[in-house]
Amino acid sequence: MSEQGPSEPKGRGDAWTEERGTSDTPRAPKGAARSGLSDTPREPKGAAPSGLSDTPREPKGAAPSGLTSDEGARREDGASRAPGGEREDTAPGGEREDTAPGGEREDTAPILEVRELTVHHGQLQALDHVSLRVFPGEVYAIIGANGAGKSTLLRTIAGLHQPTEGSIRYDGQDVTRVRPERRAISGIGMVPEGRRLFGSLTVEENLQVGATYARKGPWTIERVYELFSWMKDRRAQRTEQLSGGEQQSVAIGRALVANPRVLLLDELSLGLAPVVVQRIYGMLPEILATGLTVLLVEQDVSQALRVASHLQCLLEGRTTLEGKPSEVTPEQVEVAYFGLRTPVGEGSEEP
Amino acid sequence: MVWVNDIIQGILVGGLYALFACGLSLMFGVMKVINLAHGDLAIIGGYIAVGVIAVTHIPVLWSFVIVVPLMAVLGYVLQRSVIQAALDRSILTTLLVTFGLSVVIENALLEFVNANSHSLGVNDAIITSSFSIGSQISIAYLLLLIFVVAVVVLTGLQYFLSRSRYGRMIRAVADDREAAQLSGIDYRHVFGIAAAIAFATVALAGIAYGMYSQFSPTTGTDTILLFAFAAVVIGGLGSLWGTLLGGVVLGVSQAIGAQISGSDEFLAGYIVFLAVLVLRPQGLIARKATS
Repeated sequence: MSEQGPSEPKGRGDAWTEERGTSDTPRAPKGAARSGLSDTPREPKGAAPSGLSDTPREPKGAAPSGLTSDEGARREDGASRAPGGEREDTAPGGEREDTAPGGEREDTAPILEVRELTVHHGQLQALDHVSLRVFPGEVYAIIGANGAGKSTLLRTIAGLHQPTEGSIRYDGQDVTRVRPERRAISGIGMVPEGRRLFGSLTVEENLQVGATYARKGPWTIERVYELFSWMKDRRAQRTEQLSGGEQQSVAIGRALVANPRVLLLDELSLGLAPVVVQRIYGMLPEILATGLTVLLVEQDVSQALRVASHLQCLLEGRTTLEGKPSEVTPEQVEVAYFGLRTPVGEGSEEP
Repeated sequence: MVWVNDIIQGILVGGLYALFACGLSLMFGVMKVINLAHGDLAIIGGYIAVGVIAVTHIPVLWSFVIVVPLMAVLGYVLQRSVIQAALDRSILTTLLVTFGLSVVIENALLEFVNANSHSLGVNDAIITSSFSIGSQISIAYLLLLIFVVAVVVLTGLQYFLSRSRYGRMIRAVADDREAAQLSGIDYRHVFGIAAAIAFATVALAGIAYGMYSQFSPTTGTDTILLFAFAAVVIGGLGSLWGTLLGGVVLGVSQAIGAQISGSDEFLAGYIVFLAVLVLRPQGLIARKATS
């Protein structure tokens, strides 16, 4: 997968600049929102490994504006993404594995790096040499149809599946054989598909369990109650009595209180009403403002495009498209998502 | 008045049955392991107490100070090794493995101890004496003590599970062990802790039974395990208060059965057991081991 470098839109670094350029035109606050989301990695530069501790500083100011305008900004973003042309300074030919020319964030080390990951469920191959690199502060979205291997990828990163091949590096360390609970403690948090709350425990107990081995950081149970205002009043309720959206919020809170550096979000939208999905994704800027890096899996492409700073599409266990949301055209996404015909243009890969 | 006495005796014996059952209930509630070696492990507790008393000459009532920690350690070790290995394969495998464990323990006891019956502290005053209420009701101190211990153990366990950090982790793991892993919890360790607690109660059950009656290598399966099962099923699997209720219902029905005819004692208990299985298979109190 990593060999397809030449055809791949590479330099992630500069896209921020571009994006700001495109989106600034229609609406002013948007630039702020965008940068609030994505600027983070810039700052830590060499300090990436210790990213958590220092990240919160910069986005602070940007976050509020991001919050207020993010809905509009994102949507716009999605719309204006199509043309995708205006990136002169990206090097389409940049290599995948190494730094792309001109990109700022390549100075920082990826916080999460997956190389050539192959995973089998029994006889079935769920992932076929998938690679990805996630940089601090990024919102990295993996899209794909049912059965594309998205959840398997996240679960393998969390340690719940063992790969047959390939490696996973987190914060410069090889964690491929590390047990899931050790990974969680070291800062890889996950909101699993289908919420997976402790149903017989109360809301507060769920959060307390999440905080059992919490790292130091900005998130506390109180802070989660501030993020989701309804939660405090119902903290003594068992989670099995909550609605789907409320459960999803508790699941997010449970992951946050551990103060992860990388948060894996597996299909947040699953089984939720569109309005609820909007609301939950609307929380993302506020969460990101605390310095988290997000790797999310989403079947709902428009939702993913709205929030992502980097995009990767899986089809039947393989990467079919990778790039910034601003660089890929809806046609490319469609092809990569459904695999209807051989993808063309940048971002394509031999299927 | 005879009936009142029967019921009181039944309730008190129910405390002993609840003590038999609570370890079984806990292990099922948390790790879905039906421990068929449960009774034999209680008997091991009894034999350890016999040995400890013979060597150290401590009073029988204090033997638990040594036996309970020993059994707890054994519980942790067995869970982390044999039982966990079985769990990793399938739930069904744990049935086979614990059944095998039961057979091994029974035969090892026959081989290395002997087939004779043992009992604990037959000459201690507290074990043999009783007090009377009126002319018809006589209450043995020992049975009263066992009942109180059972209530204290169950209350303590309930409190531990609902209030403590470890209790919360145990309930979380019982609900969803994968999600617990994502919160940094090593469920195998938590299972070990739960097994240690279960085995500690098993040790108490073994000592209590040794003082109340007498045991031989086969008592574990033919008495303790069966009564524990009956109490758990009557009360409701995984519910601690249900376990106490189940023990009491079993004890009372046996006492009433014995009053009707001496040979009906156990029959009456099993009839109630079957009736519950048919009419209310989830048990009288259907809830999880959790709050």
